[in-house]
Amino acid sequence: MSLLLDRLNFLAPKNVGSFAEGHGTTTNEDRRWEDGYRKRWQHDKIVRSTHGANCTGSCSWKIYVKGGIVTWETQQTDYPRTRPDLPNHEPRGCSRGASYSWYMYSGNRVKYPMVRSALLRLWREARAVRTPVAAWASIVEDKAKRDSYTTRRGLGGFVRAKWDEVNELVAAANAYTAKTYGPDRIIGFSPIPAMSMVSYAAGSRYLSLMGGVCMSFYDWYCDLPPASPQTWGEQTDVPESADWYNAGFLILWGSNVPQTRTPDAHFYTEARYKGAKSVVVSPDYSEAAKFSDLWLNPKQGTDAALALAMGHVILREFHLDRQAAYFEDYCRRYSDMPMLVRLVERDGAYVPERLLRASDFAGALGQDKNPEWKTVALDRATGSVVVPRGSVGFRWGDAGQWNLEAKDAEGREVELELSFVEEDKHDQAVEVAFPYFGSRKHEHFASTEHPEVLRRRVPARALALAEGEALVATVFDLFVANYGLDRGLGGDNVATSFEDDVPYTPAWAERITGVPAERIVAVAREFALNAEKTKGKSMVILGAGLNHWYHMDMNYRGIINLLVMCGCVGQSGGGWSHYVGQEKLRPQTGWLPLAFGLDWGRPPRQMNATSFWYAHTDQWRYETLEVSELLSPTAPAGPWDGALIDYNIRAERMGWLPSAPQLEANPLEVAKVAAAAGKEVKDYVVEGLKDGSLKLSCEDPDAPRNWPRNLFVWRSNLLGSSGKGHEYFLKHLLGTSHGVLGKDLGEEGRQKSHEVAWHDEAPEGKLDLLVTLDFRMSTTCVYSDVVLPTATWYEKNDLNTSDMHPFIHPLSAAVDPVWESRSDWEIYKGLAKTFSEVAPEVLGVEQDVVLTPILHDTPGEIAQAFDVKDWKKGEIEAIPGRTMPQIAVVERDYPNLYKRFTALGPLMSKLGNGGKGIAWNTEHEVELLGRLNGLVAEEGPTKGLPRIDTDIDATEVILSLAPETNGEVAVKAWAALGKATGREHTHLAVPKEDEKIRFRDVVAQPRKIISSPTWSGIESEKVCYNAGYTNVHELIPWRTLTGRQQLYQDHLWMRAFGEGFCVYRPPIDTKTVTPALKGDGSRRQVVLNFITPHQKWGIHSTYTDNLLMLTLNRGGPVVWLSETDAAKAGIADNDWVEAYNANGALVARAVVSQRIKEGTLFMYHAQEKIVNVPGSEMTGQRGGIHNSVTRAVLKPTHMIGGYAQLSYGFNYYGTVGSNRDEFVIVRKMDKVDWLDEPAVAAKEAAE
Amino acid sequence: MAVWLNTVLYGIYPYIALVVLAVGSMLRYDREPFTWRSGSSQLLRRRQLIWGSVLFHAGILVIFFGHLGGLLTPIWVFDALGISHGAKQLLAIGLGGVAGVFCFAGATLLIHRRLFDPRIRSTSSFSDIAILLLLYAQLTLGLATIPVSLNHLDGHEMVKFMSWAQGIFTLDPAASSYVLDANPVFKLHLFLGLTILLLFPFTRLVHMLSAPLRYLWRPGYQVVRRRQGGHGTASRPAAAAE
Repeated sequence: MSLLLDRLNFLAPKNVGSFAEGHGTTTNEDRRWEDGYRKRWQHDKIVRSTHGANCTGSCSWKIYVKGGIVTWETQQTDYPRTRPDLPNHEPRGCSRGASYSWYMYSGNRVKYPMVRSALLRLWREARAVRTPVAAWASIVEDKAKRDSYTTRRGLGGFVRAKWDEVNELVAAANAYTAKTYGPDRIIGFSPIPAMSMVSYAAGSRYLSLMGGVCMSFYDWYCDLPPASPQTWGEQTDVPESADWYNAGFLILWGSNVPQTRTPDAHFYTEARYKGAKSVVVSPDYSEAAKFSDLWLNPKQGTDAALALAMGHVILREFHLDRQAAYFEDYCRRYSDMPMLVRLVERDGAYVPERLLRASDFAGALGQDKNPEWKTVALDRATGSVVVPRGSVGFRWGDAGQWNLEAKDAEGREVELELSFVEEDKHDQAVEVAFPYFGSRKHEHFASTEHPEVLRRRVPARALALAEGEALVATVFDLFVANYGLDRGLGGDNVATSFEDDVPYTPAWAERITGVPAERIVAVAREFALNAEKTKGKSMVILGAGLNHWYHMDMNYRGIINLLVMCGCVGQSGGGWSHYVGQEKLRPQTGWLPLAFGLDWGRPPRQMNATSFWYAHTDQWRYETLEVSELLSPTAPAGPWDGALIDYNIRAERMGWLPSAPQLEANPLEVAKVAAAAGKEVKDYVVEGLKDGSLKLSCEDPDAPRNWPRNLFVWRSNLLGSSGKGHEYFLKHLLGTSHGVLGKDLGEEGRQKSHEVAWHDEAPEGKLDLLVTLDFRMSTTCVYSDVVLPTATWYEKNDLNTSDMHPFIHPLSAAVDPVWESRSDWEIYKGLAKTFSEVAPEVLGVEQDVVLTPILHDTPGEIAQAFDVKDWKKGEIEAIPGRTMPQIAVVERDYPNLYKRFTALGPLMSKLGNGGKGIAWNTEHEVELLGRLNGLVAEEGPTKGLPRIDTDIDATEVILSLAPETNGEVAVKAWAALGKATGREHTHLAVPKEDEKIRFRDVVAQPRKIISSPTWSGIESEKVCYNAGYTNVHELIPWRTLTGRQQLYQDHLWMRAFGEGFCVYRPPIDTKTVTPALKGDGSRRQVVLNFITPHQKWGIHSTYTDNLLMLTLNRGGPVVWLSETDAAKAGIADNDWVEAYNANGALVARAVVSQRIKEGTLFMYHAQEKIVNVPGSEMTGQRGGIHNSVTRAVLKPTHMIGGYAQLSYGFNYYGTVGSNRDEFVIVRKMDKVDWLDEPAVAAKEAAE
Repeated sequence: MAVWLNTVLYGIYPYIALVVLAVGSMLRYDREPFTWRSGSSQLLRRRQLIWGSVLFHAGILVIFFGHLGGLLTPIWVFDALGISHGAKQLLAIGLGGVAGVFCFAGATLLIHRRLFDPRIRSTSSFSDIAILLLLYAQLTLGLATIPVSLNHLDGHEMVKFMSWAQGIFTLDPAASSYVLDANPVFKLHLFLGLTILLLFPFTRLVHMLSAPLRYLWRPGYQVVRRRQGGHGTASRPAAAAE
């Protein structure tokens, strides 16, 4: 019936009844109009997927499809239940995630392969007359041709291309680069594999089979807390968010849970309902502050001072004046506190030197294996020196004795002495010198007048060592002295009361942080009291607010110290919860072979990104931080000169850090030359490096032979988000227009390095080719030469895990990739195929010489026990894997790269699998995969091997090989660990031995993973996942020097830079706000600390160009500043302002808010340059992004290697890209220029 | 004006406009029920809307019903009531003028708001702006007829338009001839009025037809629609099975 006729039909009565005394009417009118609303929510199917962003959320989502179009998404609610006394996980997912489907059909979607037009024209011309590799050579070897596209990067000019054509271009560039310079000039950057493991693995497998370099991300993002590997020998392991609920006292410190961990925040709320006390530490009134019973707002960057003062209180009240039994027992068994430290005399006082080792004693205390790697302590009962089990020497020497049982090497029960403070236990109380950095002047941070060396009395004991008598002290006594606590031994610089103005009392901390002393005392006291009563259920959730500072280790170690003193680490409901970045790739050991081609060749090439970008974007040429500013006044004698990059070069040379590129010579040539000379490759390389005929690339990063040539970026927004020193990237790596405002050290005559070759003319445009895979035209895409359209998170099959919950779940294809996009797996598979066709022009089966650093969790990690000796200076022999990088030869079968890509190689059966220092046989899993995925039937080198054709095949490889998803492997892995510890651990996995999680299982419902020795917590019906749980409860040592939580860092470089113990270090002075930039004062401006927190209006740390997000915020870049600062600079809310320093400039609208602490400028990171960004007055270039005003600065202590826990691991240890110590000049813009004329035309007109 | 053009514009065009108005509205009501709405922008911005809208609507309702009654009431009714043509014209000028000024003020506010409030402007469709401008022009023309009318207060000019309007509805073939020699201002006003009728089904003006007047006397305020009972439950098989 017609609606109109129905409406006009008055013959059939519409009202057919009434009720409620006539107030209600029953009608029988036409109801078809309701169908409109019903159809609005109708759909054809729901598919489970998630967001493969770098978000820790890892939420399972329902993706709705209607008519072949993804229409919207909602939260899944079918997570497996928790146990009865614990709230459930769901619903998980935030409103930002729910906005994702916008991207799929937006104007910003990359729909076709795009190539810079100048490059494509050259390619087509060259390709018409040349073979592919020759065509590429003819372009990049001609400077004018090369410049014609490299200098246009970021200036538009993309045209569509066909897949076949673009694959050939990229493959030819790769083949040319491998042949001409070496495969280690082909670089790949992709972060956070946990979020979409197969997508990551696709690119890294392609690169690894070729010999290319995969870059780390966790350290580069500065999300890696170096304090974690330093203390625990563990990259990062944290409690799942559900464990917050078990806490009795929660401190939220520099983490903004409701804003950045939205799907988990409900556990925090529930913990508060349950009665947990909540303290929030945040300089600004953040969203998290509303969660607090008490809000502490210290001056930004001074968190270590606050933590040290809290530690001062806890030590005084729970360890000294009264010994809490639980704390004492915990510290004795699980920390290095009872270990002995040698004291050496220096300038009339003693300084703590290294930990004493068994080898220091006559007869090495009966230890024949690794005595120099076994730390010692005093047994309380006998008063004799003993070698407690668990130190790293046992790990690599005495199978079955590497555990935390309270026994010594001989198996005798021991109780270790914590302190010599009692009269009869020490020989004398000696003056020990501790460095104090808090007196250093900084224009924007408070300092005190205490001397830079603080002498404090420490009870010491004389011991007879092999080389004579020496004074020793326990770590505990030194640790307490470092906190400035009076022990009744007299002397200066110690406090008897919290009101004393001595580092590190609460009164002292009030001066530094601005937090009232009585609040510090109250929080510390209650935190510890709760831990004592609950046996460790006090927890600190900490985050980027602390970790992005140059001295992040001090902030973190200050807090870790609190947790160890209170016995919280490894106890459910307690410990540290570092949620920055997403490191937890749960099925890691199953994924590694797939991702890095370990099934075909080992080792892979991996590089720490921070050092790489520092060198290759030439940020080192602008370094303003002097080594002398970092050095401790108590530093032992040593070569503490030069520039920061020198330390990195030394570290690479000594095998501490990886290198990329590695050798100046093409590594494909090295093996050939060695063979021609009739030498072993290893010997040839060692000799060559020693006599100078071979050179390490790191010593001359600006020489064209050492430039990175090809760069792949995928799953990342390097140039729009994570690239600290953005303008240096543009200038030196890309060679295009940039906004660098400062001068390099050569121009300023301050060049101090003596390890690195200096070129007066800095290179501009090192990259021949930048290829980005993305589904949206991000800032990175805009600067690329080739942009490949990839599938969105709702168009591919993949796996996803998080540290916030114990589930593994999938990304699955709700619809096929739209337009011409393809999944990452298909893109790299296609590249591999084309590469195999193109490569034979110049490459065959080649021998590739690969250098790797000394790796953590390998027997090599015990390299130099005492001193740091450099072979180049002739101080020690050059021994690969001990005093220099390890050298290996890996066969590359370039013509068969595609075949290798799509089959599981033979090394899995031959060499097995493993991780974190343990190994197991994996033949059974390989056989299973052959039956699951099928075997390769085609003739060739892969015939008979399991197939890996599709992305789902790839997920099955991961799931089958990993202990977390295959119970049989878990049992094998625990058994393997049991051999090292001499204890039975398989009980943790045996009940799940027959459980095998497959891809379709997780598509059906998220699955909880199986307990595995890769991680330090367990999955159980009794406790939540908590880091360190198996260390404490299974007595598995931490993977450190002492095997315990290492609070004293005794490495030479640690002592030299004053970080043996945790100290307060004010932020560094980056000197980027120069007098010249400040101007003559004619314009009103204000100098502010530049902070880049995690945004509110974007999908995790990127994806702000989403229309819905832009609509909710201000539709373009914004910075936040306080009302006071705004008034000083005459800035009103929503004004366009410019922030700049020597690194560059950025423009944004001002948000003037009471929330912000005076002295800071907030800019939520990753606000894309492509949306609503006008030109900068200072640079004349479009805007700039948040990283336009930052520059990475390296820290030497992060370069240490070959020293137990301080050994390199990919994304585990290494230099980190801090960025919070930066200051900017902020002023209102006079003129907002949108630069809306075509950039290329303007550039041509200028020429 | 040429007679043929006069015939086209005032003899034929009125029928085209009325047919489009009727058929167009019916089709839209049936086919696009979700577009049948007033398109209020009050949610986006209240500023200028309340004064503008109230003045505009108050004025235009008086004008609309004034025109409707004035033009379509047969002349003999006025004669029978003893209302002289001059008096009726004065009434029309007086009442219409006051309402016109109200309406003009309101429309000015609304146009300013629609064009210069960026939020409103960017959410306006072409038809939203066009119909508002047309109404404004029509209103201006209407007010501009007042000075002309004041020149001949005997009402004979007005009678022409009544004859014409009633002629159209009584299918009088000579209807257009009644306005052949009318003042161009009036003729323009007539033409634009017909055009607005023509455009009516394509604009938000359709909300006039659904003014919720029924709410004033409907019984009960809790309405329960029955599931069974013949009408429009085709998409609900469960209900159909009952």
